[in-house]
Amino acid sequence: MGGIPHDHYEPKAAWEKGLAKRLPIVGLLYDTLMIPTPKNLNWMWIWGIVLTFCLALQIITGIVLVMHYTPHVDYAFSSVEHIMRNVNGGAMLRYIHMNGASLFFVAVYAHIFRGLYYGSYKAPREITWVIGMLIYVLMMGTAFMGYVLPWGQMSFWGATVITGLFGAVPFIGEAMQTWLLGGPAVDNATLNRFFSLHYLLPFVIAGLVVLHIWAFHTTGNNNPTGVEVRRGSKEEAEKDTLPFWPYFVIKDLFALAVILVVFFAVVGFMPNFLGHPDNYIEANALATPAHIVPEWYFLPFYAILRAFTDEVWVVQLASFLTAGIVDAKFFGVVAMFGAIVAMALAPWLDTSSVRSGRYRPMFKWWFALLVVDFFVLMWVGAMPAEEPYNTISLIASTYWFAYFLVILPLLGVIEKPDAQPDTIEDDFAAHYGADGAGAAPSAQPAE
Amino acid sequence: MSHAEEDHEGSRRDFLYYATAGAGAVVTGAAVWPLVDQMNPSADVLALSSIRVDVSSVEPGTQLTVKWLGKPVFIRRRTEAEIAAARDVDVSTLPDGASENANAPIGADASDENRSMDESGEWLVMIGVCTHLGCVPLGDAGDFGGWFCPCHGSHYDTSGRIRRGPAPRNLPVPLAEFVDATTIKLG
Repeated sequence: MGGIPHDHYEPKAAWEKGLAKRLPIVGLLYDTLMIPTPKNLNWMWIWGIVLTFCLALQIITGIVLVMHYTPHVDYAFSSVEHIMRNVNGGAMLRYIHMNGASLFFVAVYAHIFRGLYYGSYKAPREITWVIGMLIYVLMMGTAFMGYVLPWGQMSFWGATVITGLFGAVPFIGEAMQTWLLGGPAVDNATLNRFFSLHYLLPFVIAGLVVLHIWAFHTTGNNNPTGVEVRRGSKEEAEKDTLPFWPYFVIKDLFALAVILVVFFAVVGFMPNFLGHPDNYIEANALATPAHIVPEWYFLPFYAILRAFTDEVWVVQLASFLTAGIVDAKFFGVVAMFGAIVAMALAPWLDTSSVRSGRYRPMFKWWFALLVVDFFVLMWVGAMPAEEPYNTISLIASTYWFAYFLVILPLLGVIEKPDAQPDTIEDDFAAHYGADGAGAAPSAQPAE
Repeated sequence: MSHAEEDHEGSRRDFLYYATAGAGAVVTGAAVWPLVDQMNPSADVLALSSIRVDVSSVEPGTQLTVKWLGKPVFIRRRTEAEIAAARDVDVSTLPDGASENANAPIGADASDENRSMDESGEWLVMIGVCTHLGCVPLGDAGDFGGWFCPCHGSHYDTSGRIRRGPAPRNLPVPLAEFVDATTIKLG
């Protein structure tokens, strides 16, 4: 697999040869595990393993939770309480699943911003990037539907508000919303279909993860310098790379262990810190919680959704040009989805030929501002819809779009990049001394 | 296809290609449609689109909240004072000048006569969902003696009309009628 020359699996025993002739699965696994990996990968390259772990964790805890959960409006809430109080180890399982979603999103945001800084989205890795964005969108859908299942107040009203977004689509919105909900309001039909899809989508994600890995194994990993691995010969490639097993597997597992210490501290000592108390009140269509807030990982995009009110001139212009068909509500919905689409289009919006932000003196600052912007959006998303939060969220939303649609295309033209190292080997030697560089992988100390 | 280079305009094979593709498209559509349509409201959900409510126990000055189409519906039997307060308002000063009443003719103004169920104005029926962000307003509250939404502070008067706060429209009046002296049919 991949364009980097390396040793392939050679079946030796008779049964190995026989199996390889019939189903070359051992060779496939060997090549995947032994893939030559740039030896200068830093600690931001651990999130892929963390994400794979999260997916497995969520699927496994999810499957066992379903053994005790009842997807019906009359029983859902009490079946979750049954899990918490009666099922052996049920509270732990549920808390792991609940906080596992948060860990999943912590990791995916770190992974995405890693890609944005080091230019991992750029050619030839556009397909990896777009598949990643699809996975991210499916993750959000899955998490949203999962949050509805406990049938608490925040479940119910969150579902009402979010499915209401589809009602904002001109002409067909109301029919679409009714179709999605299976009735005029969030009810048993909604709960059942969300349960079905919440169970299905993780497996779709797993399939996309295979494609995601296949795509970047074909192009080779990016690395902190953004400089490609030399592919002229196997010897040359081995100066830039180390096999994934055991070097990176051990490094990644160490990082995972550190992260899991924090994770289990949260699960054990403050399992409800990231949740909302209102969700321990059973759903009631006749009473609204005073302040409806989505889960923390949706807040940046929720802020963008709410930022575009009637008073914003862009909204007024859009409304005027379309004779009122595009109103503030629909504009907000388009902006929210547009914010993700803009990010997915980064490979074609970024005009710079330099991949890594390390060698882009101006880009660095704009990128840092984007990270700050992300946290500002997360913060205002949790605030009530009033001043000064409205203005802050409007400015922050504008910067999000400006970064992708204006700054990335312009920077490539006006920025003078710093000198990049010629090879990954040079960069590695500069950091760790020349004695490590150029040696055979077997003599190489792990990073 | 080995015949791609040849001129075979209107041949039997062409016809077979199009017929097969066309039949395939129709069969696929026919197979997919039930899978899409099953998500639309089921018969029992649709059957509840009209309900009858017994209001014989509602005293003047009190309110009955029933769930209809998944939303709360306020059925209020108003006192003389509440009716007088609602009718003593200049319609032109209201933020939303439309009746928002499914029973009233299109273009009717927001006067209390156009919103209450009966001529005398004793009965007022509204969907109890704030027109701002969908919260459920509280009864007998707010600066105008009507309803008050605790989420973002919208004040509705005794006719359910928005008077102050971020909500853009009056509380909507659903299709409703008296089928006998003490029963209201919604929908």
